[in-house]
Amino acid sequence: MARFTAENTAVADEIIARYPRKKSALIPLLHLAQEQDGHVTEDAMIHIAELVGVTPAEVLGTASFYEMFKREPVGDYVVNVCTNISCLLLGGEELLHHLERRLGVKAGSTTADGKFTLEDVECIAACTEAPCLQVNYRYFHKVTHDQVDELLDDLRAGKLAHEVPRHGTLSRVRQQLPDTRAGVAPPDRNVEPVWLARNETATEGDA
Amino acid sequence: MTDVDTTTAGGREVPRIVTSRWDLADGFTLDRYRETGGYEALRTALTTMTPAQVAEQVKGASLLGRGGAGFPAGVKWGFCPPGVFPRYLVVNGDESEPGTYKDRILMERDPHQLIEGMLLACYAIGVSQAFLYVRGEMALAQERIAEALNDAYAANLIGQNILGSDFSVDVILHWGAGAYIVGEETALIESLEGNRGMPRLKPPYFPAAKGLYMQPTVVNNVETLSNLPWIVARGGAAFADLGAENSKGTRLFAVSGHVRNPGVFEVEFGVTTFRDIIYGERYGDGIRDGNRLKSFIPGGASAPWFFDEHLDLPLETGAVGAAGSMLGSGAIVVMDETTDVVKAAWRVVRFFARESCGKCTPCREGTSWLEKILRRMLDGHGRPSDVDKLLDICDNISPAIAWPPKQTTICPLGPSAVSPIASAVLRFKDEFFAYCGGGEITVPISGKAYLSTPTTTVGAHS
Ligand SMILES: Cc1cc2nc3c(=O)[nH]c(=O)nc-3n(C[C@H](O)[C@H](O)[C@H](O)COP(=O)(O)O)c2cc1C
Ligand code: SF4
Ligand code: FES
Repeated sequence: MARFTAENTAVADEIIARYPRKKSALIPLLHLAQEQDGHVTEDAMIHIAELVGVTPAEVLGTASFYEMFKREPVGDYVVNVCTNISCLLLGGEELLHHLERRLGVKAGSTTADGKFTLEDVECIAACTEAPCLQVNYRYFHKVTHDQVDELLDDLRAGKLAHEVPRHGTLSRVRQQLPDTRAGVAPPDRNVEPVWLARNETATEGDA
Repeated sequence: MTDVDTTTAGGREVPRIVTSRWDLADGFTLDRYRETGGYEALRTALTTMTPAQVAEQVKGASLLGRGGAGFPAGVKWGFCPPGVFPRYLVVNGDESEPGTYKDRILMERDPHQLIEGMLLACYAIGVSQAFLYVRGEMALAQERIAEALNDAYAANLIGQNILGSDFSVDVILHWGAGAYIVGEETALIESLEGNRGMPRLKPPYFPAAKGLYMQPTVVNNVETLSNLPWIVARGGAAFADLGAENSKGTRLFAVSGHVRNPGVFEVEFGVTTFRDIIYGERYGDGIRDGNRLKSFIPGGASAPWFFDEHLDLPLETGAVGAAGSMLGSGAIVVMDETTDVVKAAWRVVRFFARESCGKCTPCREGTSWLEKILRRMLDGHGRPSDVDKLLDICDNISPAIAWPPKQTTICPLGPSAVSPIASAVLRFKDEFFAYCGGGEITVPISGKAYLSTPTTTVGAHS
């Protein structure tokens, strides 16, 4: 499995239709591919290229710029430990090293059983809750070494399945655009929005 | 839990403009939002105000952008060339500047407030399709916003003929995928077009003129837009009544690091001082363990560091700028006397080295050399000439190491890396030399901020 399933192809088509230009859907579709397969496969990039009407190289060009797109398999749980300034001041690095010892891998690698990938990341916007980390982009704030041990155990035992979905699943809620949507605004159609006419009416009224 | 307060240190009662629902467990739902006055500003605008009148209120509020650059929102909207449509609105929810933590809470706890702010902006500017770009790593914010958008569409608050009026607009949720530079507005637009997030040259690509799909585009920060429902409901003048001369309303500041009570606080803008927010009981509550303050970052990783002598400055854009730093994105990071400043400086530089998009040589090469040299100092292989070398590289990235930094690159990221490092090296040069066996700084520095640092022996030459 690597091209989109029929179901995901339908989701992809719907996402593409939201944008004035198809290429804008690239990042959302790469997320969809990662949600489907846990990482972004070459076949998925080829399929995305077909759907969006660009070359596979362009898809790769975009995918390779962004840290979240994994082009190799990663663990079921990607553990991102923040070591940036606010977290550094409150033990973020020590937390990372503790995890390296506990998992037996260096930051940037995956455990042999394929359960965990450990990463040393930049600020994740939880600076007042330092030291903090994310597992599959779900937050854990002010984490002690004991708590992180417990967290690993719970994840291994599948106890947090409800809070932490598998890697690749980002938003579990999809935006649904109903029939009452306004519709795309194509860049090549210079039409003044109707409600701006209210400004003129008001000016005329004043005069 | 994050603390919020309604009063300034001076005791004046100040309304919570953007944080009023943070204490509510269900403040993010449409029902609770409406029960607490939500979407009333939109209704008022659509039934009693012209788009120009809405824009007028925002202009009258003197609302400064909260994304970092602090440009007045009302003025920026006015830069869209007349008669050119479609215009787009792109909301910058990429919050990634180290130390910055406010937009994520606004999106998670009060997504409808942001959406209502977007709708008001779209009505005023004449936008019929808007994009809400949320940082990729913020899964919960994405879920809350997706749910809020779905509910708002179902309630006819977004889409065709909103609340029965002639106003129609779509709001599309878009995701990032992990890249700090995408927070820069032209890189954000590139990313939204499906490309690598590399900044465009300004000029000619000022978003207001040539933005998304080369159309007029307004890029605003999450916090900026979250202020709009209040401003439209109470009037721009009520907003402008709060704050100081050039810094109106309230503003969110995240206080992190070695304080007893880290948190995100809404305070009156321009009036509250660093001392208030770092030491005030309601805010940071002082340094942990009774330690002394060593340094603090006043406005995110890109800001030159401040010290004891800056504590009584107000959190006011002009005053902080004149003192040689910036409020930036409202991120105050406090370092106590136990802080290894070489380590801290290295960590800040590593961030820039990692996040440089690679397009400009001074940024790509300069930041990675700064990182390598600091790394080797930390590893015990520093040479006495390294401290000078650090400043020499800083000078190469941004000549004269001045404040504000001289621009040598396409976007401000590269030059921004210089200021914090130079301020740390000059203030704590003994500590830098201690890592590599003593020496002397010979690189001439002309920046106002750096000259005023007392321990600097560097000769001025400007
Ligand atoms: C390197 C860099 C990173 C930035 N990151 C952000 C960000 O994460 N969020 C943000 O709102 N603005 C960020 N900005 C500022 C934006 O370019 C832009 O000024 C801002 O989004 C405009 O919104 P405002 O006028 O409402 O503040 C960044 C700027 C630079 C140069
Ligand atoms: S200054 Fe750095 S981040 Fe900005 S465009 Fe140049 S290389 Fe890219
Ligand atoms: S520095 Fe760690 S979350 Fe911001």
